[in-house]
Amino acid sequence: MTGIAHFFETFADSGGMLTRAMLLTLELAVVSILLGIVVGLLFALLKLSGWKSVAWISDVYIYLVRGTPLIVQIFILYFGLSGLFLIPDFWAASLALALHNGAYIAEIFRGSIQSIDKGQMEGATSLGMNRSLAMRRIILPQAFRRALPPLGNQFIIGLKDSSLAAFISMNELFNVATTLGSNNFDEMTYLLIVAVYYLILVGVLTLLVRAVERRMAVSER
Amino acid sequence: MKEMIRLEGLVKSFGELQVLRGIDLTVEESEVVCLIGASGSGKSTLLRCLNFLEESSGGKIHIEGRQIDPKTDDLNKIREKVGMVFQHFNLFPHMTVLENVIEAPVRVKKVPKEQAVREAKALLDKVGLAEKADVYPGKLSGGQKQRVAIARALAMKPDIMLFDEATSALDPELVEEVLRTMRELAEEGMTMVVVTHEMNFAREVADTIVFLHGGSIIEKAPAEQFFTNPQAPETQNFLQTTVLR
Ligand SMILES: Nc1ncnc2c1ncn2[C@@H]1O[C@H](COP(=O)(O)OP(=O)(O)OP(=O)(O)O)[C@@H](O)[C@H]1O
Ligand SMILES: [Mg+2]
Repeated sequence: MTGIAHFFETFADSGGMLTRAMLLTLELAVVSILLGIVVGLLFALLKLSGWKSVAWISDVYIYLVRGTPLIVQIFILYFGLSGLFLIPDFWAASLALALHNGAYIAEIFRGSIQSIDKGQMEGATSLGMNRSLAMRRIILPQAFRRALPPLGNQFIIGLKDSSLAAFISMNELFNVATTLGSNNFDEMTYLLIVAVYYLILVGVLTLLVRAVERRMAVSER
Repeated sequence: MKEMIRLEGLVKSFGELQVLRGIDLTVEESEVVCLIGASGSGKSTLLRCLNFLEESSGGKIHIEGRQIDPKTDDLNKIREKVGMVFQHFNLFPHMTVLENVIEAPVRVKKVPKEQAVREAKALLDKVGLAEKADVYPGKLSGGQKQRVAIARALAMKPDIMLFDEATSALDPELVEEVLRTMRELAEEGMTMVVVTHEMNFAREVADTIVFLHGGSIIEKAPAEQFFTNPQAPETQNFLQTTVLR
């Protein structure tokens, strides 16, 4: 009983600091998913360009990202970038996470673009639309809708992955919680508390993704 | 009479498979040509070569008196003149009916939006779907979808219309409304090349019937003559089996 009371007491006391840290976590996640969408779309289009050498660039990128641990990517980018330019930690972390997300999002977009019936491109072409216009006006809007649920899932993964930014000393959720834990000689309580924060964030996002999926099921025939 | 399409020795192969084996054909202004033939005889491929959705492997294609070279000509310009209606409609599901119809005029031809909307509404009225302008295609029946697709193609003010089995995907009771629209178009003098299995339509509306068999034109004749007095054994055979069906 005292254990539970202690948990809630600590939860309440750390509320201010952890809420601030949570906002940074969300910021990292949102910025890196948005940048990741741009990067992902670019590499998906390269991959589908029909030029072998250009598609190859995309393959290499995806292989590099998928073939190495995220923490290694973060460190390489962080130390690499901060060695070259004066770049704020937040942007180094966001960029690393964005490039990581981007590889997975590229695959999401590639799949959703390829899932659009080829009659759509033919219909557009038969009306005199060139390839890029047809892509922009006809294919991508439909592909993007189809990509929304997997993008939501990628956002959830990215949100949890942002905890690795702790290792380049970003004061996001995980970092603040572990620091508080060791300062108060009470690691386990703070770990449990931070787990609850993530669960709430992910829970809300999951509901959002489901709502989007349901709306799509209605609008698609 | 103005010559709208002239094919000389048109050949199309997919890898080893030769699908069109030297097609010679002319279509004149306001002529309605129906292409008939068994499944796999190359009807769709021939139609798709006419608006360059397929690139031919040999021979010449003249559109409105000019030989088209896919390497140097702007094919999208030609496609503005050659409208196409597909078996599966290919409407854009994320756009309303009206948006479907104005999309190409506005984006490709740069027609001012108000003018495009006015013309689109007139076209929708013509195909009997004025009240569906703001509906998404998913809410329409197959016959309605196909009539929207016809209006969408007409919105580019094409000189030639191609129809690839425009009624084959429809429930039987919806076929007639689409055929009626096509018949009206023919009566207005549109030049049309129509792939169809609707023999009654072909007989009533077509000026000329072209019978394809194994990638070659086996018989080409005025509609009435084609049905009453077919010459080639393949044609006789085809007509017997399809009438029986
Ligand atoms: N993209 C393609 N790649 C390879 N072969 C093809 C392709 N398109 C068509 N073919 C082949 O070309 C031949 C003619 O096809 P086409 O679609 O023109 O026939 P069709 O007369 O329209 O038949 P149907 O009445 O079934 O529509 C068929 O053997 C078909 O398998
Ligand atoms: Mg066909």
